[in-house]
Amino acid sequence: MSDATVIEQIRNVIAEHARLPGEAADLPAGASLYEAGMTSHASVSVMLALEDAFDVEFPDRMLTREVFESIDAIAAALSELAVGSSA
Amino acid sequence: MSAVSATDTDFLTTVRDIAERVAAPNADMVDREARFPVETVQALREARALSALVPVELGGDGVPFETVAAACFELGRRCGASAMVFAMHQIQVACIVRHVGGEPWLADYLRRVANEQRLIASVTSEVGTGGDMGRSIAALTEAGEGRLSFEKQAPTVSYGAHADDLLVTLRRGPEAEPGDQVLVLAQRDQTTLRQNGTWDPLGMRGTCSPGYLVSATLPAEQALSTPFPRIAAETMVPVSHILWSHLWLGIATDAFDRAREFVRAAAKRNPGEPPPAALRLSQLLSELGLLRAEVRAGLTDFLEMSAEPGRPRLSTMTAAVRFNSLKIAASEQAPRICQAALGVCGIVGFKNDTPFSVGRHLRDTMSASLMIANERIHQTNAGLLLIAKEV
Repeated sequence: MSDATVIEQIRNVIAEHARLPGEAADLPAGASLYEAGMTSHASVSVMLALEDAFDVEFPDRMLTREVFESIDAIAAALSELAVGSSA
Repeated sequence: MSAVSATDTDFLTTVRDIAERVAAPNADMVDREARFPVETVQALREARALSALVPVELGGDGVPFETVAAACFELGRRCGASAMVFAMHQIQVACIVRHVGGEPWLADYLRRVANEQRLIASVTSEVGTGGDMGRSIAALTEAGEGRLSFEKQAPTVSYGAHADDLLVTLRRGPEAEPGDQVLVLAQRDQTTLRQNGTWDPLGMRGTCSPGYLVSATLPAEQALSTPFPRIAAETMVPVSHILWSHLWLGIATDAFDRAREFVRAAAKRNPGEPPPAALRLSQLLSELGLLRAEVRAGLTDFLEMSAEPGRPRLSTMTAAVRFNSLKIAASEQAPRICQAALGVCGIVGFKNDTPFSVGRHLRDTMSASLMIANERIHQTNAGLLLIAKEV
């Protein structure tokens, strides 16, 4: 899976589960999802959906606000779990 | 700063003495009249207990957190309302001390807390948020010349009329989302409080916590730069649950002690024959033991997580679940113990003017499940449990 595909897939999960007031497609990859209106309740749905979409389990140490702060941050977390092609 | 120094023992001895000498004799009056425990707070000020958590280099006493928790327990045994005021204040101090960073104004403010023994109240709840502390409606707005202002409708502000300063949650700005919050320190002389309604509750009557319309204009530097969600996760939520549960344990312990005195008095009247209530007292002790164990375990976990550099574990959802369950367990167990103590003491426990009265204890601990409603905490935990693993 290429980095671009990973970002695309994360964006789809956000669009479906983050319940943002605005359009997820317009959101810069570095922008704060919380500032964009993702509640902590919605963030749990996003995490579950990401685990499902990428077939991973986030270990407890990764389950923090910061790790799910932005699309970029999520991509970094997934790459740490060996998803995508980043070395 | 050593963890067990002579100063810490002194601090605890002093607070215990204030609890027995000042809080205990006034507790019934404070409860009956729903008035602020002025004598106890004054005595705590004179003992410099309001700056216990302020580091020595900022003029405070650098008392370890576990000793402050023990002080909440000691005060709780003698006057629940005094203990709650003390605990609420320490929670606010902890939020500033642990997140002060390099902000000169805040460091200077902590020096003033130490010098002037300023009492800080909390304005986190807000009308219209459904009890969710993680969302705000009121926002900081520019007021010109580097000043900010706000107006917030708070359903309860504990000892608001008696506080020197208020620590307030607000949206960062008029355009910010409800969860994009900051913590702002508003001094009394910058603030207007307009009281809504009266204060005549079932318990914790001495905390004097009616609702207020709170408005203030203040310099921008009085907003903490650390985002509130981080302060909430690392400090406000766990510290609240730990200090509250210590004082609830204190109240429950006194209810148990009164029940034990009752059984002993009965046994003395009929020597050689164990009174029927003795059996219920034994059952009560095992219930108290469960509460004690959970309160201590919660404290130990928090100290461990706080000792790690950067405190990474405190920001995890697993930690949130852990301290939420401490709150739920302690707030449900404490009134259960008080009610069982009433069962042991019978009518003399039910009457408000006997050495075995436990009505105030029961009423005070019944507030526990409402302070951040357990139902809401269960909802949060229910969500977090879907994703947190090693809970």
